[in-house]
Amino acid sequence: MPNRIIQWIDQRFPLTSFVKHELTDYPTPRNLSYWWNFGFLAGVVLVLQVVTGIFLAMHYRADISLSFDSIQHIMREVNYGWLLRYMHAIGASAFFFVIFVHMARTLYYGSYRAPRELLWWTGQGLLLLLMATAFMGYLLPWGQMSYWGATVITNLFQATPFFGDQIVIWLRGDYTVGDATLTRFFALHYLFPFIIIGAVVIHLVALHTVKSSNPSGIDLAAKDNIPFHPYFTIKDLYGLGWFLIVYSVFVFFMPDSLIEPANNIPANPMQTPNHIVPEWYFLPFYAILRSVPNLVGGVVAMGLSVMMFAFMPFLDRSRIPGGAHYRPIYRVQFFLFLIDMLVLGYVGYTPPTSQTLFIGQIATLCYFGSFFLIPLVSRIEERWLVKRGLPPAVIELMESEALAIEEHRLKHRRRGDQP
Amino acid sequence: MGNELAGDGDRRNFLLKLTAVVGGAGVAATCVPFVASMNPSTDVLAKAETEVDLTDITPGGVRTVAWQGKPVFIVHRTPEEIQASAASNGVIDPEPDSKRVQKPEWLVVVGVCTHMGCVPNKEGPGWTCHCHGSQYDDSGRVTRGPAPKNLEVPPYHFVADNKIVIGKA
Repeated sequence: MPNRIIQWIDQRFPLTSFVKHELTDYPTPRNLSYWWNFGFLAGVVLVLQVVTGIFLAMHYRADISLSFDSIQHIMREVNYGWLLRYMHAIGASAFFFVIFVHMARTLYYGSYRAPRELLWWTGQGLLLLLMATAFMGYLLPWGQMSYWGATVITNLFQATPFFGDQIVIWLRGDYTVGDATLTRFFALHYLFPFIIIGAVVIHLVALHTVKSSNPSGIDLAAKDNIPFHPYFTIKDLYGLGWFLIVYSVFVFFMPDSLIEPANNIPANPMQTPNHIVPEWYFLPFYAILRSVPNLVGGVVAMGLSVMMFAFMPFLDRSRIPGGAHYRPIYRVQFFLFLIDMLVLGYVGYTPPTSQTLFIGQIATLCYFGSFFLIPLVSRIEERWLVKRGLPPAVIELMESEALAIEEHRLKHRRRGDQP
Repeated sequence: MGNELAGDGDRRNFLLKLTAVVGGAGVAATCVPFVASMNPSTDVLAKAETEVDLTDITPGGVRTVAWQGKPVFIVHRTPEEIQASAASNGVIDPEPDSKRVQKPEWLVVVGVCTHMGCVPNKEGPGWTCHCHGSQYDDSGRVTRGPAPKNLEVPPYHFVADNKIVIGKA
């Protein structure tokens, strides 16, 4: 009977072939390490956030006179409200953690390189959407940090030429962050996750066109692929187990660890807390904003710092495959970049003094420097590596890649296609 | 028939383009109310003026009042503060003190840091903004960045010796 139902469906909708193509038999490089789990984990966290968010919205009130108390109501009176809220709050941090690891993996293994540029750029778009969603969600508890965070960030739009002030007022719907701001942030915070889901579908379509990269950087397309199911379903589920353990430790044993204490004070438009800090996942970018002693310059630098990742396919000129795996200088650069991110995070967390300001400025220069040096470094490194002698397997691969590009070109010429 | 169609090509193209333009204009016009709905509503606009009684602010004292939801600092300056403010001309955004006050003993400024919109704290002479470390003197002029401009002087006028209305010059 079930077979007949599936048959009936398959005649009208490509159910079996879709599942086979995109899930069970989907060809996956057999050498993927656990670093390749984080895309799947990001998907799981997205589902967690949407589900907990929808149930929280059933009890939350988007009104400046009610919102702070409605959070207390959720925490104290709603059945398991505390659990939903802590899952959602910790989930936001988990989302950024997972995404940062996912991005670091892409950078380390050079997965952004051809033909995966569009995959990387759709991911960049997803990062921006995620940041916007997290930012708007943070206003909803209407605590001091919520209020002043939203004030500072909406103020950034003052840097817009000509219409700066009008744009800020338009974004807020008031002269200051107020009721109008809270209601629209709630509406958009509810909407954005569904836009993210749409963008994830595009991200996955791109992935399934170019297929996963792998730690060796060698294109295994036809040779060494294995079906996604059961090999990677089980690997992803195993990773999920570990993720859920860490997530649960946070949710059940240290739920307040990532919530700023000042956010337990209701928003007060007449008094800024002495030390305002963004959530940890925005700290490096916030440090860059503060390091530039000029409003417009700071805003541009911060915007650029998030967007720099998108330029990676253009900046990296090396033809050595395998990302940092076969590239010692790039590898050193990668880890220095991570350390720089941590320094920036620390600077973003501390109150501004002339000393931290100075460290922040140096770290900001290093941040942009590490991107702008890549074209030069990657070329010098390639020349040095070739002179030193590459492993035969790598040489073979580079030649076959060059050949493939040449063949592709010839094919198009024979067809008479216009480039 | 064929000839007719060929002859109508221009007309057809013209109509196509015209339809696209009119349709596009319609879509753009439809966006206007949606965008406008996000601007401050009339009840928000209505709280544009605030009246303040100054009688119980002693010399050296500061009162913070809300105007358009923003904090406004009203400082009853002491003769020393007036002297110090008049002596300097500001650092980053030079402006004489006389241009920033109507009566030298009363300083009225919007208490919103011109950098990122935080509320500066009264500390020592002037104010310090704890968000990003900007400093202002007793005339509300910025003495240390990153703030680019002096604290804004709102439009206000004295309706009596000891009463001002903020929101209208």
